[in-house]
Amino acid sequence: MNDVLQTSSLKVVGTRPVRPDGVDKVVGRAQFGGDSVMPGMIYGATVRSPHAHARIISIDTSAAEKIKGVKAVITSADLPEIKSEEAFVGEGPVNFRDLSANVMARGKVLYDGHVVAAIAATSNSIALAAAEAVVVEYEVLPHVIDEVEAAADGAPVLHDDIFTAGVDPKPTKASNVAKRVEFAKGDLDVGFAAADAIVERTYKTAPVHQGYIEPHACVASWGSDGQCQVICSSQGQFMVRAFCAKLLGVDIADIRVTPAEIGGGFGGKTLVYLEPLALALSKKAGLPVRMVMSREEVFRGSGPTSGGTIKVKMGAKKDGTITAGFAEIMLQAGAYPGSPIGPAAMCCFAMYDIEHAKTVGIDVVSNRPKVAAYRAPGAPISTFATESALDELAIAIGMDPLEMRLKNAAVNGTKALYGPTFTDIGLVETLEAAKNHPNLQVKLGPNQGRGVAAGFWFNIGGESSATVNVNEDGTVSLVSGSPDIGGSRASMSMMAAEVLGIDIERVRPIIGDTASVGYTFLTGGSRVTFATGTAVCEASDEIVKILRGRAAKLWEIDADAVEWKDGSAYPAGDNAGKFEPMTLADIAAKAGRTGGPIAAKASVNAQGAGPGWGVHVVDVEVDPETGHVTILRYTAAQDVGRAIHPSYVEGQIQGGAVQGIGWALNEEYIYNDKGQLDNPGFLDYRIPVASDLPKIDAVLIEVPNPRHPFGAKGVGEVPIVPPMAAIANAINAATGVRMTSLPMSPPKILAAIDAAK
Amino acid sequence: MATVHLTTTLCRSFCGDVRVVEISAKTIGQMIKELDAKFPGLGIQIDESMAVAIDGSIFQDTLIEPIGANSEIHLIPKIAGG
Repeated sequence: MNDVLQTSSLKVVGTRPVRPDGVDKVVGRAQFGGDSVMPGMIYGATVRSPHAHARIISIDTSAAEKIKGVKAVITSADLPEIKSEEAFVGEGPVNFRDLSANVMARGKVLYDGHVVAAIAATSNSIALAAAEAVVVEYEVLPHVIDEVEAAADGAPVLHDDIFTAGVDPKPTKASNVAKRVEFAKGDLDVGFAAADAIVERTYKTAPVHQGYIEPHACVASWGSDGQCQVICSSQGQFMVRAFCAKLLGVDIADIRVTPAEIGGGFGGKTLVYLEPLALALSKKAGLPVRMVMSREEVFRGSGPTSGGTIKVKMGAKKDGTITAGFAEIMLQAGAYPGSPIGPAAMCCFAMYDIEHAKTVGIDVVSNRPKVAAYRAPGAPISTFATESALDELAIAIGMDPLEMRLKNAAVNGTKALYGPTFTDIGLVETLEAAKNHPNLQVKLGPNQGRGVAAGFWFNIGGESSATVNVNEDGTVSLVSGSPDIGGSRASMSMMAAEVLGIDIERVRPIIGDTASVGYTFLTGGSRVTFATGTAVCEASDEIVKILRGRAAKLWEIDADAVEWKDGSAYPAGDNAGKFEPMTLADIAAKAGRTGGPIAAKASVNAQGAGPGWGVHVVDVEVDPETGHVTILRYTAAQDVGRAIHPSYVEGQIQGGAVQGIGWALNEEYIYNDKGQLDNPGFLDYRIPVASDLPKIDAVLIEVPNPRHPFGAKGVGEVPIVPPMAAIANAINAATGVRMTSLPMSPPKILAAIDAAK
Repeated sequence: MATVHLTTTLCRSFCGDVRVVEISAKTIGQMIKELDAKFPGLGIQIDESMAVAIDGSIFQDTLIEPIGANSEIHLIPKIAGG
């Protein structure tokens, strides 16, 4: 397939057609999870713990069951007890026992909002009333939220079977520290001894939610024949099928999951919450059950990502050479082990060629919802710290922060802290593009400052499937297994159209259910354009081979003597000019008479995704009277490999930057002294809205990835990595105060300004 | 011989002070078997939770990727994303 990259003059890839699903979404016709219906369906609701940590003494459902209209009530007793078994199934390591207990508490509740029972009734209001009638007796236990407090001796221990992994000797006493990881190269002592300046700081980030607009929702049916159907909004229908099968003890073939449209995920929809409950309720009630989370339930029971504490020490010579870097990163995993500690520890120094470096990652459980992936999981947290420290180091040696990054930037051949050697990377080009952007020529006024930060994300590939069917009229139906979150229907159609040589309007993309297309890993890790795109290209390439063969049959010449160009078959070589070219539609019309329907499928395990690099430059103005930060200008440059649909690539960059701005300035989970979440709604959990923001200037740098047919790299995750540090650095430039704790909300900034006076 | 570089965390659990291992394996699947024979349990750990970087390119959930005679291999935690 690399021939396409090297020789083709692209006609579709790189253009900006209207997205195939755009009209449906604009006019409200698109079916999201909460819109989905099944005949005879009833409505589900959950009973959630008001306590952050408590033993469940008893659950009395008798009053609820007596309410007219209630069809089923379930507790953990209605779900199979799952043994501890770890697997890498979704977006990270999953222990199925923990996943089951997260869906429905068993024995103990571990966070405010933990589900303890579920109801199905003939109306939503009856289900909610019945949920109120469930009586749960708790023995309230001491709780702990903060990761440092949770890791300390004497903290309330959540689980009696967690003995810190990755330390020698293995502890004999249970604790909340689930795992320790370490990456190192060189000798830190040597590196710091060579430094002319050293910065050492501790940074803190607040736990935040992914903030998708659409709440979790599903409708599920457990048929009397044991066949299960689920329609839901998720980042992966195959992930939902696998998790439901495991948690409910059902064969995978007995569950069919149909993906609804999805109103945002950002990693937060890579786990199941409602789907197993809806199926279990359906089995008990004998009717399909629909469940939809309220916004409060989304905040209390799903996602979020970790809060973290990061200790950083970095040293540099006067000429700007970074001589050493150290970071110890401690992340909240939530109620069960599994924070994104590995990526956090691997990413934070990846942008630079540092001879002596070490990172330590510590995974800590605490009384919060089990964390889910959130865009470049872990990297934004650790990079906020290291990129803030680097800024301070640049100031200390009197060097421009962009020039310092350029001096130390990773290039082809640079060996990453975590081992591999980078190839085909475009960080230097990205830094140069940021440096040369017109926004950097704008003179700043009083109380204004400019900040810079860079970021890295691996990107992944993995298993994907696609099927291409040529219809009788020459149109093409394209079925893939990746839920469309960021415009992938458009990019898939464009790649198919490019390979087939036809207009994109001739390609109709469909997201297949689990019975209609081959296994496809979930939409996450910035993998779809790379991995599913590779499957689409391979299937389309196979279609071209079939079309050439059909033309050859009609012309009675060898298939090798047929050339495919611009969507038509041409006789080539000695046969050139002997026959009239045949378009795809011409051949499709004769498909039945030349061998039957024209279809091809491809399933791949795509490898070699190629990392993403982002450099953000932000101008801010800080109101010295209130501490309020206004984002004046925002420039985000990124190595994207090749932009299949530049508008959607820009959209990913803009979206990531905006989520980072929210993480930097406003967003945080606020817990009261009982460990209950005090701000489970968008009124009190402040995400940025359009009126808060300037235009985000996205700059696409194309350093092609040779392992993708058109050179694409993943683009969705790296844009959330630099914003927090870039904004902290800009605030420092504007005010002279160094903010080390997120969010950098007005009261915190004001306090820092006052303290510096 | 190809060389496998082990992480500090893996060494703590399976192979003590050994940081670099020479292997004759020609594929990732063969490498896992070879390492498991030398350090029992390491193969399962790699198979279930590690990605394999061969000469700079990262591979995960694959046993068939070829390993060159002089390849440099790093084992890193599996990577997902949001």
